[in-house]
Amino acid sequence: MIEIKDIKKSFGGVMILKGISTVFETGKTNLIIGQSGSGKTVLLKSLLGIHTPESGKICFDGRVYSELEPDEKRELRTEIGMVFQGSALFDSMTVEENVAFPLKMFTNDNKAKIKERVDFVLERVALTDAHNKLPSQISGGMQKRVAIARAIVNKPKYLFCDEPNSGLDPNTAILIDNLIKEITEEYDITTVINTHDMNSVMEIGERILFLKDGLKAWEGTKEEIFRTDNQAVVDFVYSSNLFKKVREAYLKE
Amino acid sequence: MLIRYITQIGRYCLMLREIFIKQTKWSVMKKLIFKEIDDLIIDSLGIVAFISFFVGGVVAIQTALNLTNPLIPKYLIGFATRQSVILEFAPTFISVIMAGKMGSFITSSIGTMRVTEQIDALEVMGVNSLNYLVFPKIIALLLYPFVIGISMFLGILGGWMAGVYGGFTSSAEFINGAQMDFIPFHIVYAFLKTLIFAMLLATIPSFHGYYMKGGALEVGKASTVSFVWTSVSIILFNYILTQLLLGS
Ligand SMILES: Nc1ncnc2c1ncn2[C@@H]1O[C@H](COP(=O)(O)OP(=O)(O)OP(=O)(O)O)[C@@H](O)[C@H]1O
Ligand SMILES: [Mg+2]
Repeated sequence: MIEIKDIKKSFGGVMILKGISTVFETGKTNLIIGQSGSGKTVLLKSLLGIHTPESGKICFDGRVYSELEPDEKRELRTEIGMVFQGSALFDSMTVEENVAFPLKMFTNDNKAKIKERVDFVLERVALTDAHNKLPSQISGGMQKRVAIARAIVNKPKYLFCDEPNSGLDPNTAILIDNLIKEITEEYDITTVINTHDMNSVMEIGERILFLKDGLKAWEGTKEEIFRTDNQAVVDFVYSSNLFKKVREAYLKE
Repeated sequence: MLIRYITQIGRYCLMLREIFIKQTKWSVMKKLIFKEIDDLIIDSLGIVAFISFFVGGVVAIQTALNLTNPLIPKYLIGFATRQSVILEFAPTFISVIMAGKMGSFITSSIGTMRVTEQIDALEVMGVNSLNYLVFPKIIALLLYPFVIGISMFLGILGGWMAGVYGGFTSSAEFINGAQMDFIPFHIVYAFLKTLIFAMLLATIPSFHGYYMKGGALEVGKASTVSFVWTSVSIILFNYILTQLLLGS
């Protein structure tokens, strides 16, 4: 469980996050939604300590991040898997080496064991024929999947995904969404996902946090998102006709 | 302005400390070091050899052409070539060139990792990214004095060939001059400063790449700024070290 309290972050005098508090639950997929530029990425990076918030408290299962010693911070970070919006693969390493990297760094497993685990996660993200390619030689969607494989390879306790399925075709997007949900439940991970893909919200949105203008504008489950009369949420989520119809059908039931 | 420079120097010093805490696993580090030796040292040998040989030759020719007074002995050509190559040309001049070659390579490769969030990815995993990226460069550049040694040798060889085959001096005279009044401490001085330049070459470009902000355009700018600061530091340290070691 990750608890955040009153997170504030500004860049060059512009407040991006204006005091956000919430709880991300363990074993559930916690989604952060909001318009492009609403601060989803900034919030995620503040949770990870890539950005230092000006104020607020971030608590990982009782460990308050800002109160940890540098060594304890590093220890905590080895329990974190992160999928960056731009994948952030190491471009001097092959796909296989990228995925094996956290294992080589933080475990004492031998080569065979590492190889086995790498093959296993690459298969789970449906990538079986790109082992020896460099990130520059594969498509953006494949890079995303490699990034996901790298994030989950060392069995993290906390998984952060910044738009894990943007740039993927609908089939692969659903595959990835379901994969994330599966491993979240299987290994009891605290998963936080940034997205503006409404399909993902409907598929895997167990807990949803809606950001608007740097504030938490709404929070709830995917069932609640159908019934809410919060205008901002309705405007954002049901901007497409298809989803409007889905909502109407749902409300009639 | 001044405050900004002082802050930068402060950050640079903090970075130096950060490089050495929390070492990366040796099995991983070993490979990184070999890769850096390949990229930084082996890859520079060609250009260093080429420049040293020809500049050594030019130094010999210039000295010969300036010796118009027949009373001045010809062995001075060898002597002057040796002194200028060992004391300044190889350690300082080559290092300034390397500030361009190695420096822009280091800044742009680390800078690219910064803008594509690869450094953030390392940090998020719990890796000490400064140690991971900069430490192997520092170790690789411990071999830099060998590069300069080769440069010294080839510079004098180039001088000898230009002198002898250009008809400015005889081989015996040149070699006689090159061995004359040899002060061993000059070699110590030259390699000492080489080692210090090596550390500047490894760390200043890394600093500029690591702390850069922005996108691909800024990576290019950072490489330029890094070249300027690395060469300025080399020239300044050269002056200070010369004053300290040879001045008194
Ligand atoms: N490093 C930074 N320096 C200055 N401003 C920043 C920085 N990072 C983000 N911002 C600003 O913060 C705001 C929120 O950006 P953020 O990347 O969090 O949006 P987002 O919700 O992730 O959008 P998207 O869905 O397009 O990824 C933007 O206005 C952006 O300009
Ligand atoms: Mg974003």
